[in-house]
Amino acid sequence: MTLDQIVVTTVGMLAIIGIGAFFLLPKSSEVRATVGSSGAQELTIVVKGGYSPDRIVAEAGAPIRLHFRRLESGACSERVVFPDFRKSALLPEGEEVTLELPAAKPGEYGFQCEMGMLHGTLVVR
Amino acid sequence: MTARTTPNARPVVVDAVTDPASPASTREGEAPSENEREYRRLMRKWWFAAAIAAPTMVLSYPWLFPGLRELFPRGSAELRDLWIAMGVASLGVLAYSGSQFFSGLVQSITHRSATMHTLIAIGTGAAWLYSTVALAAPQLFPSEEFTDVYYDVTTVVVALVVLGMAMEIKAKGRTSEAIRKLIGLRPRTARVIRDGVETEVPVDDVRVEELVVVRPGERIPVDGVIVAGASAIDESMITGESIPVDKAVGAEVIGGTMNTHGSFTARVTHVGEQTALANIVRLVQEAQATKVPIQRIVDQVSRFFTPIVVMLAIFGFVVWYDLGPAPAFAYATIVMVTTLIIACPCALGMATPMSLTTGVGKAAEHGVLIRSGEALQGAQRLDTIVLDKTGTITKGQPALTDVVALGDLPQDELLRLAASAERGSEHPLGQAVVAGALGKGLRLSEATSFEATTGGGIAATIDGHGVRIGNERFMLESGIGLGGAPGPWVALAEDGKTPMYVGIDGKIAGLVAVADTIKDDSVRAIKRLRALGLEVAMLTGDNRRTASAIARQIGIDRVLAEVRPGDKVAEIRKLQAEGRRVGMVGDGTNDAPALTAANVGFAIGTGTDVAIEAADVTLIGGSLRGVVLAIEISKATMRNVYQNLFGAFIYNTLGLPIALGLLYPFTGILLSPLLAAAAMSFSSVTVITNASRLRGFRPKEALA
Repeated sequence: MTLDQIVVTTVGMLAIIGIGAFFLLPKSSEVRATVGSSGAQELTIVVKGGYSPDRIVAEAGAPIRLHFRRLESGACSERVVFPDFRKSALLPEGEEVTLELPAAKPGEYGFQCEMGMLHGTLVVR
Repeated sequence: MTARTTPNARPVVVDAVTDPASPASTREGEAPSENEREYRRLMRKWWFAAAIAAPTMVLSYPWLFPGLRELFPRGSAELRDLWIAMGVASLGVLAYSGSQFFSGLVQSITHRSATMHTLIAIGTGAAWLYSTVALAAPQLFPSEEFTDVYYDVTTVVVALVVLGMAMEIKAKGRTSEAIRKLIGLRPRTARVIRDGVETEVPVDDVRVEELVVVRPGERIPVDGVIVAGASAIDESMITGESIPVDKAVGAEVIGGTMNTHGSFTARVTHVGEQTALANIVRLVQEAQATKVPIQRIVDQVSRFFTPIVVMLAIFGFVVWYDLGPAPAFAYATIVMVTTLIIACPCALGMATPMSLTTGVGKAAEHGVLIRSGEALQGAQRLDTIVLDKTGTITKGQPALTDVVALGDLPQDELLRLAASAERGSEHPLGQAVVAGALGKGLRLSEATSFEATTGGGIAATIDGHGVRIGNERFMLESGIGLGGAPGPWVALAEDGKTPMYVGIDGKIAGLVAVADTIKDDSVRAIKRLRALGLEVAMLTGDNRRTASAIARQIGIDRVLAEVRPGDKVAEIRKLQAEGRRVGMVGDGTNDAPALTAANVGFAIGTGTDVAIEAADVTLIGGSLRGVVLAIEISKATMRNVYQNLFGAFIYNTLGLPIALGLLYPFTGILLSPLLAAAAMSFSSVTVITNASRLRGFRPKEALA
């Protein structure tokens, strides 16, 4: 092996490990929904290439109200879907759309775009 | 689960998204226009990219073309200048046509989740960077062969992927066509009677209990009950029933259906979100938001898919750099770019949602509401269908079937006297006799006396004749000899009918028989179910003899007779214990527990009540035909889903190794990144096109 091959191989392997760790390891950051004036737990989620925050924590037993703001135009993210709740909402670009979820039992509920490219998790505790 | 608002909550937009009445969902109706804008934007990007890609493709290899070869010889300053111009132009393509890929890349880093955009951005970006470095600093490369440029890869890939995205939007719009059709059924105005005057008002202003007037050829604005007039109503758009239904005073009419020739006045029962149409739209949208269970597995795969592709691409680069032929760096770059570009996570992600949306929508067009992806996947795997007899196979209302005259009285006179006597009776069997007589155009008389004996029969005086109708014991207690009457009685009973003796002036005069009549299309639907390979069983509280008689008439081989209402669930469980996957068809209220217990519960809808909680599938039209349709559609949809998944899976498992150059050592074939881009765009368009093929679903001939 020549020197450049050794360098490329080492850098390549490090990049593979780095990318794997970056994308595949569990993400820890989560944001808690706060109880608003309505008595429901509320949180605003920005949709732009993903959901931020994408891990939302809410209390069990109280309704949850999520405000979605989509700041992009692609067709992929135009609908957000909560399959477990049989709820979905169309998100017109730039507008705030509120999705109302009933009080839920503790557990993890996924949400995503229609094609399953963007993912988020609602954690009910 | 349903939405719930806290008592003092502000009105919330989203409950409204599903309601065609609200502004939010007008937006749903206008969604095509937002899609249209996005489509146009993508098409502009495509034309720009294509306009630059075409000359770039030619000018990247000028030595292949006579004429150009002389103008731009290899290694000349002219060629270098040309390539610099191309580099600038393709940077423009990346910045304009490919902007979404790069913002996607940035976001995928902030979100730590990779998407298709990530792959395309890295792929096209790497090709551009390689070319630009080769051009700007050729001295970094060991030999001249390294310094070819790949701006064609950059521009062509961007152009093709953008074109694919535009076509996707077009095709996607078509899959949700059914919902748009349903929303479009709602008229904008209604003619209501206010202060005695017919006034045309916006449909949102119509209130419950108001009277609406519907003229010939008009669409019925809201749900109601006819209070005056009559008409035949075309309900095909809601129930899938192709023949217009005759409706008179007291009949329910459904908003959105079409009045044919008559005109009538209806009292409004539901408006806005409460109407059957709004409920149907909501249920279809809810169903489209669910997942086919198999997609959950696919989602797990696709979450890891994209990062793994990036890792594979780097791995490919390293292997080609270390082991590949010279110029190793160029080959390694091309292999990496090709790998990134050929992978199509979108095809995986879209495989089932597109089919589900189309299938559920198609079912709704035929009056069948499939409530979730689970119901859809469940329905196509059923092997046994249990039909509740009353109200499912039969109309649930007894009707007069036979009149047997045994004495001197002619049949019509016997029926006339019996019906006149039954007029005083509140028993459904008695009312069936009355209805039967009126249906024959007989004029009934007033009874001068009337007496009913519970569980026995009735005695009445009609036109001076003493008329008695009842069972054997009642007749004998009244001192009437039965003579030869028990013969026909037994024959009628064996046919599953309910015969009653009629005695007139102390002598047996004949028999009348009533039976629950079988719905017109039950027999045909049962035949179709069996043709689909399902075993059909009938569930009833009737005694075994009556039940068997009916089962014979309609071609059912398995009879679950003498089942008390509370035992229906146990019967379903028993069948399931035999290893069967059972679909139960019944009404939404009495049979709710059995519907829930079954693998798939089909509820027979009645009029405007479509939101039946216990049901996995609601048959709005009330006909068994809907069960056949639901199963046929779910089979067609799941076949479509499997085709899509299989296609997406095969595509990626074949495409990735080829892109990585696995064929190269054996055949010398290395996939061009341009072909990879074409294949990738084509594969996701194929998935959607295949799903929208379901739109062409037609129920089988026999059912039309």
